[in-house]
Amino acid sequence: MTTLFELNAVDVCFGTIRALNACALRIQAGERVALVGANGSGKSTLLRTLHGLVRPTRGTLQFDAGARQAMLFQHPYMLRASAQTNVALGLWLQGVAWGQARTQALQALERVGLLALAQRNAKALSGGQQQRLALARAWAMRPQVLLLDEPTASLDPAAKREVEALMAEFAESGMTLIFSSHNLGQVKRLASRVIYLEHGRLLADLPTHDFFNGPLPPEAEIFVKGELV
Amino acid sequence: MVTTFFRMNTFSDSVSTAFSLIVSFDALLASIVFRSLAVSASACLIACSAGLVLGAWLGVARFRGRGMVLTLLNTLLALPSVVVGLVVYLLLSRSGPLGFLGWLFSFQAMVLAQAVLVLPVVTALVRQTIEDADRLHGEQFQSLGAGKGMRSLLLLWDERYALLTVLIATFGRAISEVGAVMVVGGNIDGFTRVMTTAIALETSKGDLPLALALGLLLLAVVLLLNVLIALVRRWRERLDDGLPGPAPLLLPQVTQP
Repeated sequence: MTTLFELNAVDVCFGTIRALNACALRIQAGERVALVGANGSGKSTLLRTLHGLVRPTRGTLQFDAGARQAMLFQHPYMLRASAQTNVALGLWLQGVAWGQARTQALQALERVGLLALAQRNAKALSGGQQQRLALARAWAMRPQVLLLDEPTASLDPAAKREVEALMAEFAESGMTLIFSSHNLGQVKRLASRVIYLEHGRLLADLPTHDFFNGPLPPEAEIFVKGELV
Repeated sequence: MVTTFFRMNTFSDSVSTAFSLIVSFDALLASIVFRSLAVSASACLIACSAGLVLGAWLGVARFRGRGMVLTLLNTLLALPSVVVGLVVYLLLSRSGPLGFLGWLFSFQAMVLAQAVLVLPVVTALVRQTIEDADRLHGEQFQSLGAGKGMRSLLLLWDERYALLTVLIATFGRAISEVGAVMVVGGNIDGFTRVMTTAIALETSKGDLPLALALGLLLLAVVLLLNVLIALVRRWRERLDDGLPGPAPLLLPQVTQP
């Protein structure tokens, strides 16, 4: 198995705040990794660090430079332009010719069921549609690794199901998924491995079955029980 | 009591004369208004061309001394127009570094002075708008592979409706200033006389109706501009909400088959 990311004693500090504290982690290709923990535990910082948006203050981060990455944000930002243009923009920024990017954008929109809305202004789409559009934008880039920051946090149940189904399909196709979530049901359904973070520390890193059934560090135990009750 | 009556009478007479001058489309008045609009529009065009790019770049760029640059920029917002006039005067005077242009007391001098005056306004307001947008969404563009330059251009394009307000503020500042154009233009009748310098002159001469007419026109011009921009903004936003969105201008345009 190819190692995509390897973190050794990584600290990330924002001023006096230590968002990640001595994180050590290795992620292999094809894994479906869920990051769980309370708000402010460092999930988003870890995702942003893996994606290269944040540099470690201390420690080392090694990653497979050949593996294409895409990231989906909790509140995806769309330009005041058509859905097709928004998807094509991502491809164009990756060096795809504009005409070809627009054609590929239509394929990506079809993939997420938004082809009928290709010419609709992206800002006018619903939250769920915007999240699917963001998934199309990410998928269009044919990433080997897809990082998702609470992708269904602000969606209604139907939109949640749609986004989750797409994530499952992407994972089926062999894409490595690394996502943060507060929804433990979703974690059970999608993840092959769960990482629990608290105050920037990585306190548990277990296969999904073991995380939900095996013994856990006390903090993680409380978190899981609190969520499940 | 007598004083109050006199004031009311003068004011109402002035207003009525002002309206008759406006309605009759007085040639003198028209030439002053047209010159004012031409000077301020030209100055805004120049200042906006530079200020939009500079402001957008400052919005995303991070470099040593940036804080000091921003403090200086914000200080320049309060730049007195007479000081700008004086500096431009010194630059354009025969012995100044730009004296060879021969622009002093000309249309070009007034345009240059107003452009210098409003450049910090455009730059500072654009910088703030783009920086706020970049703080919220910059990472997403970065994630898509956009460098700082491309990010600033995309945000500039995406914030175009918010930036219309900047254009109004810029034009308002340019057309309403008097100090700079007075110093570098000289208020020469039929040549460099604009609305604000004419108002100052006519008031000092005691010709209040013409001064008031010009003042009313000045207000009307800014009001009309505001209304126009608000209408354009609302029309575009409504269009964006329901109908196909326009492609960013900086992207290659492709017509649908």
